[in-house]
Amino acid sequence: MVERVRVKALAPPGHVRAPWYLRGKAGVIERPLGHFANPEQLAYGLRADTKPLYRVRFRMAEIWGEAAENPDDTLDAEIYGHWLEKVDTHAP
Amino acid sequence: MPHDHHDHFHHAGMSPSGHPYRADNDTPLSYWQRMEIAVRELMVEKGHLTPAEIAAQIEAMDARSPANGAAVVARAWTDPAFRARLLKNASEASREMGFDIGPLNLIAVENTADTHNLIVCTLCSCYPRNLLGLPPDWYKTRAYRSRAVREPRAVLREFGLDLPDHVTVRVHDSTADMRYIVLPARPDGTDGMDEAQLAALVTRDSMIGTGLPHRP
Repeated sequence: MVERVRVKALAPPGHVRAPWYLRGKAGVIERPLGHFANPEQLAYGLRADTKPLYRVRFRMAEIWGEAAENPDDTLDAEIYGHWLEKVDTHAP
Repeated sequence: MPHDHHDHFHHAGMSPSGHPYRADNDTPLSYWQRMEIAVRELMVEKGHLTPAEIAAQIEAMDARSPANGAAVVARAWTDPAFRARLLKNASEASREMGFDIGPLNLIAVENTADTHNLIVCTLCSCYPRNLLGLPPDWYKTRAYRSRAVREPRAVLREFGLDLPDHVTVRVHDSTADMRYIVLPARPDGTDGMDEAQLAALVTRDSMIGTGLPHRP
């Protein structure tokens, strides 16, 4: 079953690894990768919680709109679970 | 032109062969250079590491080269069971071949007749160094990092690779803990070749996705 997710459109201060160009963009989970130490804490030498990490696949049309070279080309990126929200595909 | 006329073309600041001299590193140390020296000397002083161990680690890192990845690719081309293991868990498959890749989390992505993969790290310069050695300088430039995700086909054309529309481009942005290697498609006309001959066809760029393997 395809799981649709959206990268949260947040802009917190500090070190984060959710790329700006993907914030607010929706894609599908390509595969779960397991749990990894949260870089937002690691970057400051803090004891880091582990967070689930996912490879999320986006269509180029979703990211770049009309400017996409080929709308069906894809971009995969690793996004931590706390940066993702589920997209309800059955919403009206 | 005979070489005895060099002086006519000798520009100030240039070597006799016409290259600029590299300045001596007489500038003060940066903050992080001082930090590196301080931490290294402390580690040695406290007996955690010896200078020989540090030198050996630098040598081990410098010895890693794209030839390691090429050997992995050639094995995958000749051994279907290995190929399946590589696509399932590229770290374990690389270790199985005897490569000491440390804690590297490696994912292999496969080029096929209708899919071409391209690797980039938009945030910094993540690269499967433990398998392929140091990344090329262009891999770390802002131009490559920003353009590879926005206009990968234009970037690939500049590398000499003009992909037809029916081939889907899949760009992989190494944003966190994984590193990527492209498993290129085996070139035609290589049926009788053994692993070593095949490995010689595998270029660094073909494992980043900015190129294809050589043809025999």
